[in-house]
Amino acid sequence: MTMPKHLETRTQHVRATWAKHCDRVLYMSSESTDFPTVGLNVSEGRENLYWKTIRAFQFLHQNHMHDMDWFLKADDDTFVVMENLRHTLSRFDTEKPWYLGRRFAPFIKKGYMSGGAGYVLSKEALRRFVTGFQTGKCTHFSDLEDMALGKCMETMEVELGDTRDEKGRQTFHPFPLDHYVIRTPPRRRPWYMIYDFYTPIEVLVMKYFEATRWVGVVLAQ
Amino acid sequence: MLSEGGSFMKGMAMGGIFCLGLSLFGSFSPATEHGPGEQHHHHHVKAPSKDELTRLLDGHVLDLVNQVRVSCIIMVQPKILVHWAAALDTWTKHCDKAVFYTSESSKALEAVDLNEKDDWARLRKALNHAYENAGDLRWFFVAKATTFAIIENLKHLVLTKDPEEPFYLGNAMKSGELEYVAYESGIVLSYEALKRLVNVLQDEEKCPERGHALWAMSEDKQLAVCLKYTGVFAENGEDSHGKGLFNSKSVDSLITDSMRENPTNVVEGCCSDLAVTFNDMSPNQMQVMMFGVYRLRPYGHDFHDLLVFQPPEGSDND
Repeated sequence: MTMPKHLETRTQHVRATWAKHCDRVLYMSSESTDFPTVGLNVSEGRENLYWKTIRAFQFLHQNHMHDMDWFLKADDDTFVVMENLRHTLSRFDTEKPWYLGRRFAPFIKKGYMSGGAGYVLSKEALRRFVTGFQTGKCTHFSDLEDMALGKCMETMEVELGDTRDEKGRQTFHPFPLDHYVIRTPPRRRPWYMIYDFYTPIEVLVMKYFEATRWVGVVLAQ
Repeated sequence: MLSEGGSFMKGMAMGGIFCLGLSLFGSFSPATEHGPGEQHHHHHVKAPSKDELTRLLDGHVLDLVNQVRVSCIIMVQPKILVHWAAALDTWTKHCDKAVFYTSESSKALEAVDLNEKDDWARLRKALNHAYENAGDLRWFFVAKATTFAIIENLKHLVLTKDPEEPFYLGNAMKSGELEYVAYESGIVLSYEALKRLVNVLQDEEKCPERGHALWAMSEDKQLAVCLKYTGVFAENGEDSHGKGLFNSKSVDSLITDSMRENPTNVVEGCCSDLAVTFNDMSPNQMQVMMFGVYRLRPYGHDFHDLLVFQPPEGSDND
């Protein structure tokens, strides 16, 4: 997901680096360009983010349902290690309704996936999402894209998968690398650790806190 | 006409001889005594290529891997305590032996206290101490705690080189006529080079303790001058493609440069995949480097390395 003013500062670097490892990459924006970007006919701005996401998934459903198995939504400041994503996805069946990412606990009963860390929908999950909007079961009831999408997933009975590695370490990360790797002094549990659906294990520096197989990370500017 | 031409020629000849004489006296070049063994004329030392290594396979490889062991000499000071702690916690764990030498003792961390404020004097003491305590280690890596090093890549560079030959490697720079290895990107010395150095350090004329010139010369240049007397010359450490392995800048600084210089090929045009050192990295960045270099990996991606260096005890490898 990107926007015209980010193409030069951010998106071109995504294109030059990790996006090359995708089977297919589409750059969703408010206007279509030769970048190439897909114009979604939605204005930019945080308040329009969920509209943009809805339109993006509708576009995917219309044009790419048959040639792709999994659909990853990432931002233009996310970094993804695609090999590790493939490895993580290999244990899930794309014909089943799966919704994968960094699971947060608040607001939705079974939780929802962090937008910043990037999330993945299986083919069936995408079908259900689009159907939900067609039938009116899902609506644009909030601006908070990740939480609102989580609500639609709940309504459409899509399963939330556990993407932690065999040692229980997270593979999707909503913050940059140094956030997880630097030793921090003892402090009160910050909001994001309270948000985590699976209890975080915070251990001295490198041993356990980060997974050997990272998937999504959001880069700070 | 002829007489005018004649005096012109005489003038030219005199001027020419005068210039020649001046340049001969002007250039400072100490007499070099060449030790036993071959005399290198090349100033670039390249890491072995895949073909070279493949040819050495079958039994010899294990010997090579076991024989290349590095003794790290890390120069610290209380004023760079955070870097000291970072070095201790990160890359130095991959040295076969790591000894920290400090200018003055610190209550927080332990090191060999050389009790010496002068940089050159301190380096001399550290190198003497390292030589005396070398044991069976044959490669020496000198760095400040503000440098970040990947020891495995250092081992790869010197894998096929004989430490009984004098090697003095790193980021080779030139200052006038003097070619020296820059301190901040790390200095590699073979056993023979260190041995010759320790001997010449006793010579107060060639290698005075209080430094050479009237003006203060940085300790890396002093080192080069002393080594030159023993027939050891600075050589640039490069990969098999000729890219420098010892960097005086940090990773993000190099990437930024590459974004400016090769905008269409940033990563490829940046630095060597087998870089040995980076400089000017904060302690936090060193922690991130350890994660990126030794832990994070793309599952299933094969790097096709011909050799395996086992991680040392207590390192952060899985």
